[in-house]
Amino acid sequence: MIEYWQENSTQMMQLMIEHARMVLTALLIALVVAVLLVIFFIRKDNWMNSLVYFFSLLYSVPSYAFFALLIPITGLGEWTAIIVLAFYSEYVILRNFITGIREVDPAYIEVAKGVGMTQTQTLLKVQLPQALPAIFSGLQITLASAMAIATIASTISAGGLGDLLFEGLQTGQVVPILWGTILTICLTLVGIIIIKLIENIMISDWYDVQKG
Amino acid sequence: MTKTIINFSNVSKKYGKNEIISDLNFTVNEGEFVTVLGSSGSGKTTTLKMINGLEKPTSGKIIVDTHELDKCDLVELRRHIGYVVQSVGLFPHMTIADNIAVTPKLLGWDKEKIDRTVDQLLDLVSLKSEEYKNRYPGQLSGGQQQRVGLARALSTNPPLLILDEPFSALDAIIRQNLQQEIKALHQKLENKTFFFVTHDINEALYLGDRVMIMNHGKIEQFDKPEKIVANPATDYVKKLIATVRQNKKLWEEFK
Repeated sequence: MIEYWQENSTQMMQLMIEHARMVLTALLIALVVAVLLVIFFIRKDNWMNSLVYFFSLLYSVPSYAFFALLIPITGLGEWTAIIVLAFYSEYVILRNFITGIREVDPAYIEVAKGVGMTQTQTLLKVQLPQALPAIFSGLQITLASAMAIATIASTISAGGLGDLLFEGLQTGQVVPILWGTILTICLTLVGIIIIKLIENIMISDWYDVQKG
Repeated sequence: MTKTIINFSNVSKKYGKNEIISDLNFTVNEGEFVTVLGSSGSGKTTTLKMINGLEKPTSGKIIVDTHELDKCDLVELRRHIGYVVQSVGLFPHMTIADNIAVTPKLLGWDKEKIDRTVDQLLDLVSLKSEEYKNRYPGQLSGGQQQRVGLARALSTNPPLLILDEPFSALDAIIRQNLQQEIKALHQKLENKTFFFVTHDINEALYLGDRVMIMNHGKIEQFDKPEKIVANPATDYVKKLIATVRQNKKLWEEFK
């Protein structure tokens, strides 16, 4: 194990960076798209439900097939992987976003209107802040699943930690598979810790107060 | 001549075929403390929400101050009507100071003026500003939250406050304290009109300069409390007054 690390550490670090870059880019894209979709469609329930349904269908496409299907359109490489990951992430992020926003007590929305907020102000000042805990828990799930799915991106030459897994599979060695797994887990944990930190800064104290 | 601040003429409200309010006519004068008494389903909360346009009448005309509601900018109007609701009124994710400052911020006041207003209003409702302004609503008792709700409603110094059963979730002693305080507050703040909805007959009779008794979407009687007690206009009002007498008899038996 250790020997393998010593021989390949530079290359493994490189793979880790690729992996993180792929997942983070996909997550960012998915998050921005989710925010835009919510702002445009939150008051159109039918549209919103159809969108979620659409992304849930995409989510159920096996990842291997999804990568393969995109190759004729976007070719091999990192960007194809990012697109696939963004589509998968979109479903979970959007779903949590909407659930969070819809679960805000309608009484608060009426009060917001009553004190003179416009619909957009109500969304930004009342609904979104109260939906943040749900949004962050969605981000965590998305991060973990995107990290795992990204290993498959190796098959379309997008790089990342999947390279180690497939190297192990092809050469019948256990060590690279173990390293690939360990590093994927580490990367996921680091990501989750970072999300937690951002969450703590953004949600401040009110949520703790409410939970008692 | 006294100025009219709320005017309902031939107002009705239907949800589908269900008529909640039928042909409502009344006026409220500037500076009055009007209480609206009715059981649930009487249309009293709907009437209150029609004043700031949260509910729209199916037919009829409502004038608030000088604005005809179907022709004015409701968002702007609401910023100048204080609004107090039952338990869930304060936003849980904002501090007490931010809750009070919600509407001033929407109106774009500068920070200094907002800070000063928050301090003054917390003082007015007998809460120590230094101690409370940075707390969250979840850290306050029900009675304290309701005081903050009142302070928020006064933040833009509106001529009219509408209050939807603000004290109904509080226990008896705190409720009575707050009733005394809001009555004193109304006298202190000259020329502010309070429109206060309640289902508690004692509260309605104690607070109101005039009491509007509603039942099934109609006004049964709208008069000074002493006149309502002396001359109940309808059977429903008679029954209501009888419940108070019944309670009184119970107390005398215990003595």
